[in-house]
Amino acid sequence: MIRELHEQLKSGAITSVGLTEEYLKRIEEHDGDIQAFLSVTREEALAAAKAVDEKIARGEEIDLLEGIPGALKDNISLAGVRTTAGSLILDNYIAPYDATVVEKLRNRGAVILGKTNMDEFAMGSSTESSAYQKTKNPKDLSRVPGGSSGGSAAAVAGGMAVWSLGSDTGGSIRQPAAFCGIVGLKPTYGRVSRSGLIAMASSLDQIGPFGNSVEDVAIVFSRIAGHDRLDATTAEAAPDKPFENYLSGGIKGLRIGIPKEYFSADLDPGIKKLAEEALEKFRTLGAETVEISLPQSASALPVYYIIMPAEVSSNLARFDGIRYGMRVNDAKEREAGNSTLLETYLDTRGYGFGTEVKRRIMLGTYTLSAGYYDTYYGKAQKVRALIKADFEKAFESVDLIFSPTTSETAFPLGAKSADPIKMYLSDIFTVPANLAGVPAISFPIGEESGLPVGGQLMGKWFDEETLLRAAHAFETSA
Amino acid sequence: MLTREEVKHIAHLARIGLEEEEIEKYQKDLSSVLDFFEALKAVDTDAVEGIGHITGRIAKARSDAETGASLEERERILKNIPEKKGGSVMVRSILNV
Repeated sequence: MIRELHEQLKSGAITSVGLTEEYLKRIEEHDGDIQAFLSVTREEALAAAKAVDEKIARGEEIDLLEGIPGALKDNISLAGVRTTAGSLILDNYIAPYDATVVEKLRNRGAVILGKTNMDEFAMGSSTESSAYQKTKNPKDLSRVPGGSSGGSAAAVAGGMAVWSLGSDTGGSIRQPAAFCGIVGLKPTYGRVSRSGLIAMASSLDQIGPFGNSVEDVAIVFSRIAGHDRLDATTAEAAPDKPFENYLSGGIKGLRIGIPKEYFSADLDPGIKKLAEEALEKFRTLGAETVEISLPQSASALPVYYIIMPAEVSSNLARFDGIRYGMRVNDAKEREAGNSTLLETYLDTRGYGFGTEVKRRIMLGTYTLSAGYYDTYYGKAQKVRALIKADFEKAFESVDLIFSPTTSETAFPLGAKSADPIKMYLSDIFTVPANLAGVPAISFPIGEESGLPVGGQLMGKWFDEETLLRAAHAFETSA
Repeated sequence: MLTREEVKHIAHLARIGLEEEEIEKYQKDLSSVLDFFEALKAVDTDAVEGIGHITGRIAKARSDAETGASLEERERILKNIPEKKGGSVMVRSILNV
């Protein structure tokens, strides 16, 4: 879709201002129902679009993404714009600077329409834990869009943005992409800078794109990837290239692994059938499919729910009511004339954080506390090494690994909010890629009872090229 | 199950003020998640080294130099501070006097 729009911009059939106005109009018309956006940056978007139109009028070359409107998850800093991460504690926070990914996109002339809704601090699988609103799935308004990047997925699926960025810590790009019937990519850990992303779990977080096609996702991904001196975990050696130009090689001779642990008896039969049909299609396209084993699959969720909250507990210690964000006890303090630092912390964090965030901070605080470290965090880091070793071994014999993205389709709003474990199980197929640090993509493989189903491909570290090529081959074959 | 006192202790370490009715809820929630971790006990990790950086990068130190902020960035940073005096952050008193 991006390439077509680009051609139309170049030929003068459309203008960037016209295109941007069209998307702003769609937001106005549909977002009352879908509620994907937390803020719309109308003036800035139109100003950026105007600059692109002027460039075209001067006869200058424009980039593929230039002048094409997209949206950002609200945990990605956009200078001068309210950035809440879906939390009350950042209700009044204005990002002082651009995240590196935003800077890169701005340099390419991308148009940013606004900030999208998310689970509070990206903690959730339904976008229902946002302090502000509940985003609906554009395919069925009674259902969740998935999460935590539910707003970004719904914006693209609902036709209110051409592309968007999300963040993926345990599936937060891939699961909503699957639920909304679009494409979402979680890059290799260290491929995309996290500078300016409001941190959740730093050893797992990765920013990635949503789009209507694999090519669109490749176009955005190529423009945000690369080493950044502001993020010491970004890789220097990873080859950056315009991945959108390397999609068409086909997949003849590629070996795709099918992890037997993921295709267990309790997998939803409808989803299993679509996954098997997808594998058949990969074979028709010339790939070979091979059964493999990832023996530590059952450990992935418990490991994730130890490591992630531990990192959350450390990362969210910065919200102290002193340096930025909400402070709660101003009134009380004025009344009494004195409230201590400790009281400020307790009141601000007790009021400003929602239930799920408090649950995870406390869980992390507990597992990291004296006497429990070896039992929980230390143990989890060891099992994480075993999970990574499973992938290393698998990738000795296969190029890619395929599974469904999720074990179910989009569930009704409210269906899981009361039971944290039930919600955590939503991440069963997506968490391993984050723990192992490998790239993974979700793309539509069909529908069950009218709801989209996603297929997931996981690739070798820093080999997004093969991942994108295979997903593109799947998508473009009849 | 975690006791009330344990939950209050964790909340205090995490600097989260809890309402009375929240304590019981977190007693149940945290305990059920901790039970969920039991499965890991069966995994043999005696000979395993815990993982550091997942893609194997060696952390490099950068120069300990101030990179500076533009005047605009400085203004924006200051605007986000709940209580300030001139260009400084006001911190609450540490002792209750």
